[in-house]
Amino acid sequence: MKSDVVTNILMVGVGGQGTLLASEILSEVLMQAGYDVKKAEVHGMAQRGGSVVSHVRFGKKVFSSIIPEGEADVLFGFELLETYRYLSLVKPEGTVVVNNLRIAPPSVALGQRTYPAEIADKLQGHVKNVQLVEGQQLAEEAGNPRTVNTVLLGALSNALEPTQEQWVAAIKNLVPERFLEVNLKAFELGRTIHT
Amino acid sequence: MQKTILSGNEAIARAAFEAGVQVASAYPGTPSTEILENITQYQRIDASWSPNEKVALEVGIGACFGGARALVTMKHVGVNVAADPLFTLAYTGVRGGLVLVVADDPEMHSSQNEQDSRNYAKFAKVPMFEPADSQEALDFTRLAFDVSEQFDAPVLLRSTTRISHSKSVVTLGTPVAELAETSLKRDPGKFVMLPGNARIRHPLIEQRLEEMAEWACDQPFNRIEEGEGEIGIITAGVAYQYTREVFPDAPILKLGLVHPLPKRLIREFAARFKTIYVIEELDPFIEEQVKAMGIPVIGKEKVPICGELTPWRLRKAFDLNPLELAEIDEPLPPRPPNMCPGCPHRGVFHGLNRLKAFVTGDIGCYTLGFMPPLSAMDSCICMGASIGNATGLAKVLKAEEQQKVVAVIGDSTFLHTGVNGLMDMVYADSTATVIILDNSTTGMTGRQDNPASGYALSGQKTYQVDLEALCRSLGVKHVHTVDPYLLDETRNLIREEMARPEVSVIITRRPCVLIKHDVLEKRPPLCVDADKCTACKACLKLGCPAIEWSPGEGESKGFAKVDRLLCMGCSVCMQTCKFGAFGVCDEK
Repeated sequence: MKSDVVTNILMVGVGGQGTLLASEILSEVLMQAGYDVKKAEVHGMAQRGGSVVSHVRFGKKVFSSIIPEGEADVLFGFELLETYRYLSLVKPEGTVVVNNLRIAPPSVALGQRTYPAEIADKLQGHVKNVQLVEGQQLAEEAGNPRTVNTVLLGALSNALEPTQEQWVAAIKNLVPERFLEVNLKAFELGRTIHT
Repeated sequence: MQKTILSGNEAIARAAFEAGVQVASAYPGTPSTEILENITQYQRIDASWSPNEKVALEVGIGACFGGARALVTMKHVGVNVAADPLFTLAYTGVRGGLVLVVADDPEMHSSQNEQDSRNYAKFAKVPMFEPADSQEALDFTRLAFDVSEQFDAPVLLRSTTRISHSKSVVTLGTPVAELAETSLKRDPGKFVMLPGNARIRHPLIEQRLEEMAEWACDQPFNRIEEGEGEIGIITAGVAYQYTREVFPDAPILKLGLVHPLPKRLIREFAARFKTIYVIEELDPFIEEQVKAMGIPVIGKEKVPICGELTPWRLRKAFDLNPLELAEIDEPLPPRPPNMCPGCPHRGVFHGLNRLKAFVTGDIGCYTLGFMPPLSAMDSCICMGASIGNATGLAKVLKAEEQQKVVAVIGDSTFLHTGVNGLMDMVYADSTATVIILDNSTTGMTGRQDNPASGYALSGQKTYQVDLEALCRSLGVKHVHTVDPYLLDETRNLIREEMARPEVSVIITRRPCVLIKHDVLEKRPPLCVDADKCTACKACLKLGCPAIEWSPGEGESKGFAKVDRLLCMGCSVCMQTCKFGAFGVCDEK
């Protein structure tokens, strides 16, 4: 990823999955690496188990904090259906990194609607690079199923410029003390995945 | 200087510190809430939640009359509540600088309307700055205090969701070392607005706006960015960023002060181009004023008036070949927000649904009681409206329908503007029933304390309003308190009070499961015994995110299952099950 163009990373998930903390760490790291960074997200209603979206853009100079449709370089999904929902924002030649996890939305939990089948295959039909990550499994291996956000961040970090030290510094800066150790472990496990 | 990455709200909080603000007051409201939460890190600022925006502004005015700089923050609809003091504050002017931050919510990410607060600047005749990123949020807020004192006017600063909740890189400034001297100073001609004094002040206000409009032509916050082509663009706020994205080389007049407009600068800019576009979010606020100056412009005939702008929407508006997008050829199940697992409101709405109550609703997490399968809310207007709406409804209904009317309101919303409504309900000798959903916090905005929670913004313990005593003192004879985790008890109580032809108040008391204070009892998660589950789906009518239906295959009718990680053990589902299928999970 070159520094003279704007790179767009869209992070999506379900409220409570830690999407916003992950985008927080990502933008902190990118700023420390010397980029102009902007990040957009919505609080309030989004915390209540709803769909959560965070836009991160970086480069030499960034104007809009929102990624224009069709211009995301990376769609970074914490949950299959939410990743599929935002497909129109990603470039056909872009990358989708998606956690292999299904969380039923209310209508599916009530048995009124069905969860879309074979989402990973459908994503592959539209976007060049699709990588399915077993984030949940790695998070449990790290010692806490709630660290899936840091696992996925580890996977993403391989494709970005900042160094291991810069990532670790940002995580230390933003993750509460009592969850730090397990998150650092989760990040390391995520880094074993090459995107 | 130190560089950091801040949200617009964090930048405004920082600016208040740098500017030497001594008092900050607010009522929480998305997207403005984090400003005051961030201000608590600056020890020299006395920051507090007020019960509503009107009180918040009045507290700010008092501090400013004492000579201090004061910051007051609220969401767009909060200004409707604070409008009364604002319009007269415009007449009195200030002593210490006063800045009112209003955060609009185009697209209504978390609001009931998308009013454009710039109209308030014009209506109240006060200046308004509009930042386009976090750096400007910091710079303009700081500048707004100087301008407030220079022009003897309260100053509005308008943010939007995409400014307040977007982060960008900021260079911090140096805080002022000394705070303003405070003291009592009598100045009745200025501070006592009765007709004789106000008639003298009004012309000064008009003169102030004219002077500012001229002064603003030469200030760096209103700037021309030279470019190429015969189209010049006038824009402000976040719309500037989208304009730059879509028209990277166009000449732009970027306004930092959106009221009053720098008329001379606009004329000079417009004279240089064949065509002028005005690109702004929501109302044609700049457009109409520029047109009134006799300058033809293209604005809302192309740029959408509803919803927020995005680079994509702007590109579409000007037919600038947007990309072909991947299309999903199946309808996706939506993922709306929902009450949390263990939310104390869930059982109340389950009961209201079963009792077929006509529920006048209010603003808070519990507005989600509207969503299926709870589906138990029939109106929602604004903060505090539920009680007045119920009074009015009951006035016009026949006796059997009167009994169906129930107002629901949260603890924080009740103290915001519900108390007056209840006073009137009693005074009007109404028959309606009021439920105060007391979860000891202001939930939807992220769990802020309020006068009934017993804690201050600082986290310190403070006085706590006794809701039962307050209701009784207003004249309510029937005040009951119930634990909403007790499903039958709660429903029976609601049924009895609905039938009573007098005003009654039911307080359902249980702290929010996300509450910040250490008051929650840990409860073990529940599990379903699939063999006992008869597939009646009664538990699904709670709409709890921790319960998922597992469809049957072959002979099996399917069964409910509980996600152990999500379950808070509230046991409300257990009480809906006639077959004893729910129980505490076996320890493994």
